[in-house]
Amino acid sequence: MSSLLVLAIVVAIGLVAFVIGRQRAAAQDNGTVKPHSRAHYHGWWACLLAVLPAVLLLTAWNIGSSVYLDRHIHAALPERTANSAVASEALDVSLVKSLAKGLRQLDANTLAALPATFADLQPLLAAKGVALATDTQDYMIPIAVEANAVQSRLGMIGAALTLLLSVAGAFYALGQIRPRARARNNVERLMLWGLLGASTIAILTTVGIVLSMLFQTIQFFESVSPMSFFFGTVWDPRFAAAGSGGSQGQFGLIPLLAGTLYIALVALLVAVPVGLMSAVYMAEYATPRIRSVVKPALELLAGIPTIVYGIFAVVTLGPFLRDLSAALTGGSPFIQGQSIFTAGLVMGMMLIPVVSSLSDDIITAVPRAMRDGSLGLGATRSETIKRVILPAALPGIVGAILLTASRAIGETMIVVLAAGVAANLTANPFEAMTTITVKIVNQLTGDLEFNSPQTLVAFALGITLFALTLVMNIVALYIVRKYREQYE
Amino acid sequence: MNIMTEQSLENAVGDKMNAKSNEVIKMRGDKVGVFYGDKQALFDVNLDVRQNQVTALIGPSGCGKSTFLRCLNRMNDTIDSARVTGKITLDDEDIYDKNIDVVELRARVGMVFQKPNPFPKSIYENVAYGPRIHGLAKRKADMDQIVEQSLKKAAIWNEVKDRLQEPGTGLSGGQQQRLCIARAIAVSPEVILMDEPCSALDPIATARVEELIDELRQNYTIVIVTHSMQQAARVSQRTAMFHLGYLVEEGATDKMFTNPDDKRTQDYITGRFG
Repeated sequence: MSSLLVLAIVVAIGLVAFVIGRQRAAAQDNGTVKPHSRAHYHGWWACLLAVLPAVLLLTAWNIGSSVYLDRHIHAALPERTANSAVASEALDVSLVKSLAKGLRQLDANTLAALPATFADLQPLLAAKGVALATDTQDYMIPIAVEANAVQSRLGMIGAALTLLLSVAGAFYALGQIRPRARARNNVERLMLWGLLGASTIAILTTVGIVLSMLFQTIQFFESVSPMSFFFGTVWDPRFAAAGSGGSQGQFGLIPLLAGTLYIALVALLVAVPVGLMSAVYMAEYATPRIRSVVKPALELLAGIPTIVYGIFAVVTLGPFLRDLSAALTGGSPFIQGQSIFTAGLVMGMMLIPVVSSLSDDIITAVPRAMRDGSLGLGATRSETIKRVILPAALPGIVGAILLTASRAIGETMIVVLAAGVAANLTANPFEAMTTITVKIVNQLTGDLEFNSPQTLVAFALGITLFALTLVMNIVALYIVRKYREQYE
Repeated sequence: MNIMTEQSLENAVGDKMNAKSNEVIKMRGDKVGVFYGDKQALFDVNLDVRQNQVTALIGPSGCGKSTFLRCLNRMNDTIDSARVTGKITLDDEDIYDKNIDVVELRARVGMVFQKPNPFPKSIYENVAYGPRIHGLAKRKADMDQIVEQSLKKAAIWNEVKDRLQEPGTGLSGGQQQRLCIARAIAVSPEVILMDEPCSALDPIATARVEELIDELRQNYTIVIVTHSMQQAARVSQRTAMFHLGYLVEEGATDKMFTNPDDKRTQDYITGRFG
């Protein structure tokens, strides 16, 4: 019996338990005692008791039995010698497993008269559409048959236990139904645990991400010194041929960091003023009709995939700026086709809706009483905005800007296309430069040995990026706390 | 609804009998109507506001008294769907005339709101806000002077003089409301509109604000919307009774509270409805 079928039956038992539980609780309400919980809580409690423990058991049983099966196959395999036919033990086990899986496709008659050699077996399996590796050995056939038997036995036991537990849970809960039984509290406590679990997943994921990068980073720093990584001004991770020991290139972070911050700065210089002004217009001046058209249109910009912005930059804006600069100087262009300026400009456009949408919400959240107070004193609309609303909204706006900055720093596709991959260290915004994210992509793609510093550097870059945004968030929180002008 | 005892009513209005002031018409509403979208909230209101007097607008909730008050300094302009008909004059000038600058008008007709709404700035900056916008002070010393005078007139100077740089939002509700009054006074308005200024305050703070209103009458013309009959009787010289968007009756406060012409006014002030 497959686990999926068992699961479906368990859910069905749960539904039945729900219906019965609700009816039973309703039937017990004869008006003499005020019921503690409403009938559907009893139903839910019965359903949860029928489903949850059973599902947990099934999961645990499946994991346990697959471990047991592996051990079983291991034990049955012949002792390994220097001239074993199969390269490794793990491969041995996996060959047996795929053979066992193939055998399950065969009907009972074929299985009863199973050929003893793989050469004879292969055509039978091929007829069923099962293709197997050619180094499957003859001695594996009985082991696979045995493994199948064990597996089906374990599966039956697991299914039986699961169903038993499910029915037991349902009966237990149904037996507990009394007018004063606290089914509501039970259900709500379980809900609470569910919510807690959901929020824990996010935190654990963050921890997991950091740890997964940390180990690779430590490995990287074993071959490259942190000093030369953090303070090196040359990025040249030579793709050294295998075995050419000494020359492993230079991994200087500075050019990438400078590029990242430079491009983010240009992007913010574009996005923040434009976005903020559009937010002010939208929140304070636009009539409802204009707002209902312009705001969705602006937010549409946020829905464009960043790679499309990148295409726009590299196909349209980059060449245009280059030609424009060439026309201005009357000869050689001073803006390159791929440049910080182009990338920052396009990234800024991408970020406009982010800034404006966040700021719009923040400005709208300033209480109307503030506006009335200021207008009532004879302030104009723009004076009110400048002197009352923006100061009151400032902490939120600073938060929005820092959030936008984090996005600018983490942005990849636009810079890959628009700023290029050359790790220059320059102050000229019209030249090409590259960013940390671009280099992470570069180092992780291609046929590189995974444990070479050339690949591992990507993790060091990743964790640097993570630390950078973390520090920014902390600074943002600090600023927001310090300069908060509290209303209400 | 509290029902006033005959005695307390007479005491309250008795004080006002002596306080006769000159009878210059400061503001005049002539057939004022207000629409919010298609819905008419105010119908043909004719009401005079006399100089250096307190005019109280009373009536049950939703009767249009706040709407009328907000017409007097064109605060209704800030509501997109609102439309005002008829004519309102300030010193015989039509305030809805094209030549009138709404910003100038609001500097002359200040407003104090129902809920204290100090800006999230220091106490000093709250008061200095209006004068700064209108350029009333050339030097820092002048500004200090204006702030001090305004806080003194609003009877809050002694409580805040040592902490002018602390946020205005840190004050108690009653102090916040007096700060808002100081803020309104600081631009030297001619008329001060008050929209239920005490409804968010406790009785002690209310008493302070009411005292203040009586003092302010010397220099300003005041229009106050209130839900409290006692308050109207205590602070006002003239009372106007609104009901369902119509002005029911208007007259001297003592007459309104002892011998109203209209049955509805009689019923409302004795607590039979409202």
